[in-house]
Formats: sequence, C-alpha cells, structure tokens
Amino acid sequence: MTSYYEASARERLHALLDPGSFHEFLPPTDRVVSPHLVQLDTPAAFDDGVIVGRGRLDGKPVLAAAQEGGFMGGAVGEVHGAKLVGLLERARDEKPAAVLLLVESGGVRLHEANAGLIGVSEIMRAVLALRSAGVPVLVLDGGQFGCFGGMGIAARLCDAIVMSEEGRLGLSGPEVIETTCGVEEFDSRDRALVWRTVGGKHRYLLGEADALVADDIVAFRKAAIDLLNIKPDLSLEALTAEHDRLDARLKRFGACRDALDIWSALGIEAPEKLPLLEADGFRAAVAGRRA
Amino acid sequence: MDAKTLLAKLFPAGCDVAFDGPFFHGTGDSAHGKIAIIGSIDAAPIGVELAFRMAGDVLRIVRDHPGRPILLLVDTQGQRLSRRDELLGINGYMAHLAKCLQLARNRGHKIVGLVYSEAVSGGFLASSLLADRCYALPEAQVRVMNLPAMSRITKIPLERLEELSKSSSVFAPGVTNYLKMGAVHSLWDGDLAKHLAEALDVPPEGDSRRQWGEERGGRKLARAVAEKVRHAAG
Amino acid sequence: MEKLTFEFFGGAPVNATRAPALVGVVGSGNLEVLVEPEKLDGRCAVEILTAARGFGEIWKAVLEDFFARHKLADVRISINDVGATPAVVSLRLDQAVESFLGGVQ
Repeated sequence: MTSYYEASARERLHALLDPGSFHEFLPPTDRVVSPHLVQLDTPAAFDDGVIVGRGRLDGKPVLAAAQEGGFMGGAVGEVHGAKLVGLLERARDEKPAAVLLLVESGGVRLHEANAGLIGVSEIMRAVLALRSAGVPVLVLDGGQFGCFGGMGIAARLCDAIVMSEEGRLGLSGPEVIETTCGVEEFDSRDRALVWRTVGGKHRYLLGEADALVADDIVAFRKAAIDLLNIKPDLSLEALTAEHDRLDARLKRFGACRDALDIWSALGIEAPEKLPLLEADGFRAAVAGRRA
Repeated sequence: MDAKTLLAKLFPAGCDVAFDGPFFHGTGDSAHGKIAIIGSIDAAPIGVELAFRMAGDVLRIVRDHPGRPILLLVDTQGQRLSRRDELLGINGYMAHLAKCLQLARNRGHKIVGLVYSEAVSGGFLASSLLADRCYALPEAQVRVMNLPAMSRITKIPLERLEELSKSSSVFAPGVTNYLKMGAVHSLWDGDLAKHLAEALDVPPEGDSRRQWGEERGGRKLARAVAEKVRHAAG
Repeated sequence: MEKLTFEFFGGAPVNATRAPALVGVVGSGNLEVLVEPEKLDGRCAVEILTAARGFGEIWKAVLEDFFARHKLADVRISINDVGATPAVVSLRLDQAVESFLGGVQ
C-alpha cells in the first residue's frame, strides 16, 4: 500500500501511470517559475507547483497533470494555470484516451490573485471545449489540501472524480466560512464535521464524486483505468437529467443540517458508523443507497 | 447604475424582464432580434439555489429558443459562504451552470457577459467569466479579495501590497487590472445598446484572453507557457 | 529572500548524459533540490534561494560536509529553500544525489 495522501505530486504521477511511461513537459530544469512571487519575497518552485506531461495508463496514451499541495497549497498562479491550460489544449490536438488531473489545490493563489482567477477560468473553458471534442477528463482527489476554490468548480466540469476518504472537495474552505460567519456556522477545527461536509465519503454518497477508493495509489490507478471508457456527454438530454438530479437534491436535502441527516434520508442504517469504515466496507454498507 | 436603468440603456427598443428576489430574467429587443437576459441584483451571493435557477434558465433558452443570444448581467459579491452550500455541493451547482452555458455555446448561442456592478471570486467564475467575451462598465468593481483580507491570509504587510499594486495588476482589485490581464475585453461607456450590438457581431473565437493579457502587458507569460506545453516535443 | 552561491573543486566528474534529479517540495521547513550535469570546468556549483536570511555560515558548513560525502564535479545544484533545518537540508541533498546517481544515463 502506497499512500496517495503522503506521496508528492511527482511520486503520484510516476506510480499511477504505467512504469517508466511518464514524460514531463516544461520540466523543473526549464525553470519556468512565477515572476510574481519574487516581488513579494516569497520562494518560487522550479515547476510552479504543477507537473504536466504525457504517459500511458493501462497501455493507453494519456495526458496528465499533478498539483503539488506542498507548494503554496497547490494554488493556481499565472504559470501554473497556463501549464494546465496548455495541457488541455494539447489534448484537443492529440486526442489521448483521457486527461488525468491529480488535483490538490486551495484554488486561486492570492499572491497572483487576478492571474490565478483568470487562469482557473481558462482551465474551465478549456475543459469544456475538450470534453465537447470528445476527450474525457478524469479528476483524482486525495491529497492533504483537498480541491477547493475555483478548482472545486473546475473538477465538477470533468467527466468523473475519484476520491479517497481523505480527499475533500468543495468551494469555500471551512476556515474561510468560520472567519466570515463565525464558529457556530462552521467549526473548522471539528475534523469530523469537515469531512462529513466536504470529504470523500459524503461526496460519493451525494453524487458529487463517482468513485471512493482507499488511500492507495494502486486503488486510484485501478479506478482511473475503470473510467477510461467514459464518453463525455454535454448533450441537452444529459444536462437536463443532471438538472433534475440537482433539483431532487435540493428538495430532498435542502433542509438537512448535517450530512448525517442526508445519509439517514438516503436510507442508510447507522450513518454515524460510516466515517469509521474502510473503503471496501463503506462501499458495501452504502451499496444501492447513493443519491 | 441599477439594473433597470442598465436594461433601459441596453435595450432602448424595449425589454420584458421579471425580478424575483436577487434574480432577474427576461428578453430584450435589439437589432439582432430578441436577446435572453439572465441576471442578479444587490451584489447577490451565489449559492446553490441561484446557480441552479440560472442553469435552468439556460436550459430553457436552449430548448425553447434555439440560437438566441444570452446576455449575463450578474451582480455578485461572490459565492455564498455557508456550511449548507458546501454540504449540498455549491461547486457542483456552479459547474452545472457552466456546463449549461457550454451546451448553449456548442449549439450556436452567443454568450455576452457584462459586469455592471460587482463581480467577485467564485461568483465571477460562475457567471460573467463564462461568457464568450466579458465586458464591464467603468464603475464595475472586480476582485478576488480586498487587500486587507489578502494581507491577513498571506501574511504580507498591507503597505507592501498597496505599494506593489501601484505598479502591478496581478493581484489587486480593480476593473482596469482585469482589463490589463485580458479577462475583460473592454469597458462600455456611452451608448450601451451600440456596444451590445457590436458584441453580438463578434464571430466565435475560442478563448482569446491569454492573447489580450499578453498584448496589454498584464500577463506576460500565460500565453507563451500554455503554447510551450501545447507544442512541447515528445 | 537571500541568494547564496558556493563552489567546490576537486570532485569526480559525472557522466554528462545523466538525467537531472529533483527532490523535495518548496514548503515551510522544506526545500527542493535540483541536481543537473553541466560543463563547469570541474566545479560543483551550488545556488540557493532561501526565505531565511542570515544563515550563510550554516549553509557553508552543511555544504562542505555534503561535498565531503559526495565529491562531484561538473554538477549544478540549485535549491529553493523555505527555512529547512540543517538536518533536513542534508537529507534532501543526499536524496537528490542518490536519485541523480541512481537514475537514467
């Protein structure tokens, strides 16, 4: 078992893809660093915190990117964002079997806030254009910093999201909500509450994530391989069906105070036990109950 | 400028718009025919309900009015900050709105975004920034975050941020920064109906914001770096 | 931020076709170390960008110990540091060199 959570972005990519198949574009030796961090007296990284390249997954050609949460929380700056957009546009040219995004990001990098926000918007447009052209985009989310901010929106533009229990997916971080609205609204230090609200298990049950796996790079790899045949569908029929699902979610759960209420409403017995279960046991316990 | 005044200036030939809380929608009459309007007022925080409602409107337009241009007039203070919105998956609702707009785009609907008041962070990402081109009124307030909050979170002294923002457009609030960075195509002053007509004449062009950001000197690397990754050997 | 440079002589040249190696992450208390082969007339050149100012003497001592362990020539070592302790710096340097020497030629 190799923990996805503990691994660096680089380690994740190399272990996820077929051995020896990964080739990096704009590697650290190119030193394409952020020009904005130096004027704020902040250290830069040689790859600006994101690795992009090509490789093979189960023998099939893929383009892949991995964000390094350890560098500025994986947040998106000008160069970082441009590397991701370039990869997505390359995918339109090359039509690989899929694009894999190993996301770990707090969203927009405040030191380059405007460039980061526009970069995220360009990523969003590029994902939508790429999927419209028939290439699937898969998101893997299982790192310490989760997938928040603009990247939380971008992730949900993709074909599927694979999460571990450790992963988190949302828009505003719990700390931001607590600072703005008070601890009664969201106690960001209540880890159990945080994970019930934005963690992998809840997202899987709600239908925001498509697969829930153990914190193991092999498990992530297997889930990604299983999703390789997914066909992007942005048709009116598909979006109308999604609209109905999202409508049902608001109607069924709009008055729920806590994820436990939602899990109960889904017909799960002893929902309070779910956070204690390992991935296999969890999936068995909730089989047929996802929203 | 309030929404009603804005609508009158954009559509001197008339418009039929209904206001419902923070949300408004309807149609405006123009030389290009009827234009679908989706908007918000009072710096609306965008939560699950509002994002969902806007998405529903886009789907209805695609179904019932093929090819009709869509004008986004969203005034927002950003995403709604609440545990409930996170619990229910606000990022998913915003993404759904974005996908619906892409469907409209794929079916030939032009999408014009005009920031007429406030546009902030996630709210901005889930609205005006999804348009084919985003425009703004000169008085528009556009930002990710105000400088004092940015200073608290980054631990960079406020004075340093204020000093730097005089010469750099990279992080500080301001519509001129967003012009320079390429996010906003141009500011609309004077004859708004004429500006709208010109916007509706723009042929589909993909996402040109990186080019504009480079031409205007606000983002000197984004276009080149993306290009390098796109065409890198191997 | 502070920039520090050091040079070491008398090392054993490495194969110029070795692939560069990168270890570490630019995070608090951590650093990234990039090791590349380069024609430097037999020198081992080290450049450090560090968020922690005023530790030049400590870096010198750590690097001299490192060079005693790994006498390399025609190698460029580039570091982005965010206040790592000498122990962590030594560890990363060793990891980087092991990765570099153990890697693709």
